[in-house]
Amino acid sequence: MPGKLKAKIVAGRHLPVMDRASDLTDAFVEVKFGNTTFKTDVCHKSLNPQWNSEWFKFEVDDEDLQDEPLQITVLDHDTYSANDAIGKVYIDIDPLLCTEAASVISGWFPIYDTIHGIRGEINVLVKVELFNDLNRFRQSSCGVKFFCTTSIPRCYRAAMVHGFVEELVVNEDPEYQWIDRIRTPRASNEARQRLISLMSGELQRKIGLKVLEMGGNAVVGYLQCFDLEGESGLVVRAIGTACTLDKVSSGTPASNACNSPSKDGKEPVFGEDLPSSSGPPTPFRALPTSSSSPPPFSPSKPCSRQSSSSDTDLSLTPKTGKNTWPRPPFPLSSLPTPTPHCGEFPFFTLTSFPPGFLVHVGGVVSARSVKLLDRIHNPALGNTRSYKLLDWNSVTADEPETRDAWWEEIRQEIKSHAKALGCHAVVGYSESTSICEEVCILSASGTAAILNPRYMREGCLDIGSTDHRFEDPSPPSCGFCHIPYDELNMPFPAQLTYCYHCRRQKVPDVLFTTIDLPSEAAVTGKGCLIQARLCRLKKKAQGEVNATAISNLLPFMEYELHTQLMNKLKLRNMNALFGLHIQISVGENMLLGLASATGVYLTALPAPGGIQIAGKTPGDLSNEHHILTIQKRINDTIAKNKELYQINPPELTEEGLGSPIPEPRQRSRLFRSHSESSDELSELDLSHGKKDAFVLEIDDTDAVEDIHSLLTDAPPPTGFYSCNTEIMPGIYNWTSGIQMFTSVRVFRLSNANLTNQGLNKIFTDLCENLLKSFYFKLRSMIPCCLCHLNFTVAVPEEELIQVRHFGFAEFHSFVLFFSSVRFVLRGLFCFFLLFSFLVVVVVIAFVCVSGVGSVCACVCLCVCVFSPAASVDYGSFADRCSTWLELLRLKAHTIRRGSVKTSRRTQSLAHSGRSRSLRSSRSFGGSSVTVVKMTPLSFLPGIRIIKYLGIINMFFIRETTSLREEGGVSGFLHSFIAEVFAMVRAHVAALGGNAVVSYSMKECVLMENPNKNQAQCLINVSGDAVICVRETDQEPTASMTNIGQTCCSANDGAT
Amino acid sequence: MAVELDVFVGNTTIMDEEVYQLWLDGYTVNDAVKVRMEGGVLDECEASADVLLSDTMDQYRTFQMCERLLHSPAKLANQLLFQIPPHRQTVLIERYYAFDDAFVREVLGKKLSKGTKKDLDDISAKTGVTLKSCRRQFDNFKRVFKVVEELKGPLVENIRQHFLLSDKLARDYAAIVFFTNNRFETGKRKLQYLTFQDFAFCAGQLINNWTVGAVDNMVEDMDVDLDKEFLQELKELKILITDKDLLDQHKSLVCTALRGKTKAFNEMEANFKNLSRGLVNIAAKLTNTKDVRDFFIDLVEKFIEPCRSDRWTAADMKLYLTHYTNSAHILDTFKHQVVWDRYMGVIKSCIFKMYHD
Repeated sequence: MPGKLKAKIVAGRHLPVMDRASDLTDAFVEVKFGNTTFKTDVCHKSLNPQWNSEWFKFEVDDEDLQDEPLQITVLDHDTYSANDAIGKVYIDIDPLLCTEAASVISGWFPIYDTIHGIRGEINVLVKVELFNDLNRFRQSSCGVKFFCTTSIPRCYRAAMVHGFVEELVVNEDPEYQWIDRIRTPRASNEARQRLISLMSGELQRKIGLKVLEMGGNAVVGYLQCFDLEGESGLVVRAIGTACTLDKVSSGTPASNACNSPSKDGKEPVFGEDLPSSSGPPTPFRALPTSSSSPPPFSPSKPCSRQSSSSDTDLSLTPKTGKNTWPRPPFPLSSLPTPTPHCGEFPFFTLTSFPPGFLVHVGGVVSARSVKLLDRIHNPALGNTRSYKLLDWNSVTADEPETRDAWWEEIRQEIKSHAKALGCHAVVGYSESTSICEEVCILSASGTAAILNPRYMREGCLDIGSTDHRFEDPSPPSCGFCHIPYDELNMPFPAQLTYCYHCRRQKVPDVLFTTIDLPSEAAVTGKGCLIQARLCRLKKKAQGEVNATAISNLLPFMEYELHTQLMNKLKLRNMNALFGLHIQISVGENMLLGLASATGVYLTALPAPGGIQIAGKTPGDLSNEHHILTIQKRINDTIAKNKELYQINPPELTEEGLGSPIPEPRQRSRLFRSHSESSDELSELDLSHGKKDAFVLEIDDTDAVEDIHSLLTDAPPPTGFYSCNTEIMPGIYNWTSGIQMFTSVRVFRLSNANLTNQGLNKIFTDLCENLLKSFYFKLRSMIPCCLCHLNFTVAVPEEELIQVRHFGFAEFHSFVLFFSSVRFVLRGLFCFFLLFSFLVVVVVIAFVCVSGVGSVCACVCLCVCVFSPAASVDYGSFADRCSTWLELLRLKAHTIRRGSVKTSRRTQSLAHSGRSRSLRSSRSFGGSSVTVVKMTPLSFLPGIRIIKYLGIINMFFIRETTSLREEGGVSGFLHSFIAEVFAMVRAHVAALGGNAVVSYSMKECVLMENPNKNQAQCLINVSGDAVICVRETDQEPTASMTNIGQTCCSANDGAT
Repeated sequence: MAVELDVFVGNTTIMDEEVYQLWLDGYTVNDAVKVRMEGGVLDECEASADVLLSDTMDQYRTFQMCERLLHSPAKLANQLLFQIPPHRQTVLIERYYAFDDAFVREVLGKKLSKGTKKDLDDISAKTGVTLKSCRRQFDNFKRVFKVVEELKGPLVENIRQHFLLSDKLARDYAAIVFFTNNRFETGKRKLQYLTFQDFAFCAGQLINNWTVGAVDNMVEDMDVDLDKEFLQELKELKILITDKDLLDQHKSLVCTALRGKTKAFNEMEANFKNLSRGLVNIAAKLTNTKDVRDFFIDLVEKFIEPCRSDRWTAADMKLYLTHYTNSAHILDTFKHQVVWDRYMGVIKSCIFKMYHD
């Protein structure tokens, strides 16, 4: 069924000068959708053209509406030569296809050119008329809502969570096509941008279809990634959680929940209607949609998969007696429509859940696999294959299947690990890749958990209702810590104690998870960012040898990262990690591992023991002394940290309970990995405890280094807090002054003969310095909290570059045309760090003021926080006063001018009055630029999200051939990132929104060749466009608010 | 080992006002880092010099990218590239267009040509303002001059609207434009004691009273060009010194009024004819462009210097000029009262302002 897309080109402004002779431009616009193109008239000799075109109408399939972007090209008309392109705007019309989201796209868009960046702006209006499609076999999935947010979006209520959806599409990368050798860099970049836009549209449509099949209406936690595999192609893949969401009407109690995640703030989702679902809370809730639209059977996945996966279980869990899992009492087969689709992978990309959803958490499960990317064709031959691939639709069918199979493998692995932990689901699930030449590491990780099946669609989870834990509901503040596995058949040795909170269930001594801290969890003290960093050198190799070398190294890296995390956690006197994200990236001759997490002290878990150092040769006296000093330093640090993070666990009355609490003097020792390799990488994560804690040998220099690195981690300066989760554990009073930053750093290593230790140190220093530099830059915002610190590391490789360099030499005669085969990276290798994070200014009610009138304290501190802004405000007040004085003086002055100008006096006064208002409107109210806040969080503290407008998913390429003139790589990237921000803001504003939540920069690939004065960069960003209002406001005026009003009303206007 | 690339970009552009000032003052990144280190930023928070360098680089890059927009401040408000809160925008613009008094004294009244721009390094050496900063200030003058040149309406208002400047700064720019347009001589040694603010005040007086705009506020260049008709009429004032009777009558009137009121009475009486001749001659010559240029130097030579050598106080000066102006009204044969008032009003306030050490 077709839909009608209508577009109108209104005007342009700030266009670049395209005609040197007149210093003006003869601009016109081409509007293209699919294969239809319309043109506006040429607006002669103007840099601010007014086209005011008619409505261009495209009648198209809704399938195309989902896949294709609207492409607007601004050109300069030339009578004699070819028209010059000024730039383009791609508009994703997906948000218009959803009835609840935006109804019109209207606003100023930056005109973007991949070579010159932003060149002026264009005002466009876009509307869609969609006809209802009742065709069962349709290929489109209009109306399915997508959210990047990894929690149930505020102002929605989840009626049902259906489960995991995934899809991937593969295509040839235009950059590597044969034709790229003869086309301009601009054409090549544009082809790439367009292709990726098409692919993500297609991907989204396909996922939408799956969701509809499952009976859902939305995808939450939608995570889309690109794998730029170079010559073997381009993979766009996505995962998400299918849900059925109900909109919460604005008057409901949900409104109070959209605010800052204060501990007592109730989550809007799931909640309120639950009691209404009559009947006892049976583990399997009747599927409401099953009668109306039976979920179709997906034939693609064989049912035998289920059994084969349990076979893997057996091999992975050495314990006996647990090899068969209790089947649900309602045999699935008895249902008319079995749902193998969602039952296959009980994964959830969500990281935070409504209260009561998460029953128990097992621990982190992760799996990695090293794959060799198969080369599709030899570009040198320029054979028929690449020829054919110019048509992107004719992608070879076998390719996605290979990639699918790879991921399938990993997911099975994850699933079996979760089972080994006695869990039936994986939450906080994510997937990632790291590619270096033809080697690719696929990683997946998540947190094994038991979920409350009430919220689940039946068949989604594979659990036994006989499980005693469901009959015995645990208190919400500690329930999730309780072990999901059987105490007698533990998947790995761990020290279990009775829960320190409820005293009824067993808890492990430490808990690692990839999810956010549940809002109801009881926490002692404050949290902090904990990072483990690791470098491992490896030999240069090719193909299979390389892959083997990497896969041999991986377990060690994983183990060592884990050990580091564990030690740092103990050093901070904490016992749980949230938001754990381990990234391993592969380079030509090294592997980099970076694990970040937020450490917390969970009240329910036992206090962590200290770290004990032991020498190997007890006889040596000097050695003994050395050990003692180190031990003392460690103990001091622990004590200091205890104070810093205000960890004062309540004293326990141990005798009264008589539970087997371990003696408080018990300490776990510093772990050191020395031998023990295991072929099963992911098992290591779980099995650290299996290895008996090592007595650290002090004459081992590595160990000394390790301790040093442990102790060199500087705590953040006073007033700063950092975490990588959405909210900072232990801080509850947030202000709405938020700021989002992106930082990129590339670090070049100068000498090639580095040792592992040396590299580790450099890497650690790099990360530490980066954090320090953030603290420095943000010093004026104290007290503030860096939230959602999201670190990404990459090692751009050198070999690949050489290969391309050879390619260059081979085609020497074509050099003129070759401008798009470029980028020879000189030097050795460099770290490439990409950070995107948010600063939330937090007002901390210090202990001393937390008593009476804490509100008052907050307010007064608030002034402190904004003292720079406040002073500016006073300034402007003074300014206002002085302008009034000036006005008075002017009056007086005009009077003094005497009789000569009696006629003029009144006039001039009127004039000055008018111009003053004109001026003020110009500098304050008159600007048409909407303030758009951006945040990687799923909420804005102190601000209520009232409407989700749709997903923002944009891909940009920027290239330059005048790197030096643009201020080097830094200047180039700086302006590019600023441009990307500007374009995201413009799109959100055009949708009528005023904020982007769950914003993330997924990809940032930079290639440079300073010798040739060239650089290229690719950036992919995504997020959810929303309309939000201040908590106090009732009307959604914010969407209309321009810079002036916002900032007049709030002196924190900085966002 | 080296940091190849280091950028830090915020959704809202953040700027450190201190660094902005250093950038405006033309410091290089390294010098700025030194200044900041001496300023003790590092002591406030534990940070190393690297951190400071990287921060300074970031800020400098941001400013460089913003500079293009600052050239037409109205654009800053509706551009999309940088999200800057309005109060920040105001500060950015105001600071960018601020200038050093020492520098402006050097170029005031000079033609804003390429030739002058070439001499900026000399000015830089003389005033101690960095060359980069000199260039920015010079370009600002030139930019404002070019834009305002072709506009109708009051000069100060035009500047304020187009460059979104504060009233004070707009007035200063109006003075600069006025001086540049009329090419007033300000560089002579005798004028060195005068500050920019003295001249700016005088310019304000001239703009408000002597220009075409003082009579008609909708003509082009109304506040920039002096009223030709008025200058012509000034010739009529010559009668005050050519007609001997009138001169004596004027003198006696003034002396009667001053007698006993000041210590410098004798000098006043002795010098009356000379001083009166000086002032009236200045008025009569203003039809020549050359003499307009020398307006200030003439005022100093013909009036201020003689008075100063006779040790008049500022109060003496005020007294003398008031009576000198008012007595002319009583002269029954003197018919040019309106022109006289228009002329003397400005002269009086200019001399008051200029009569200091």
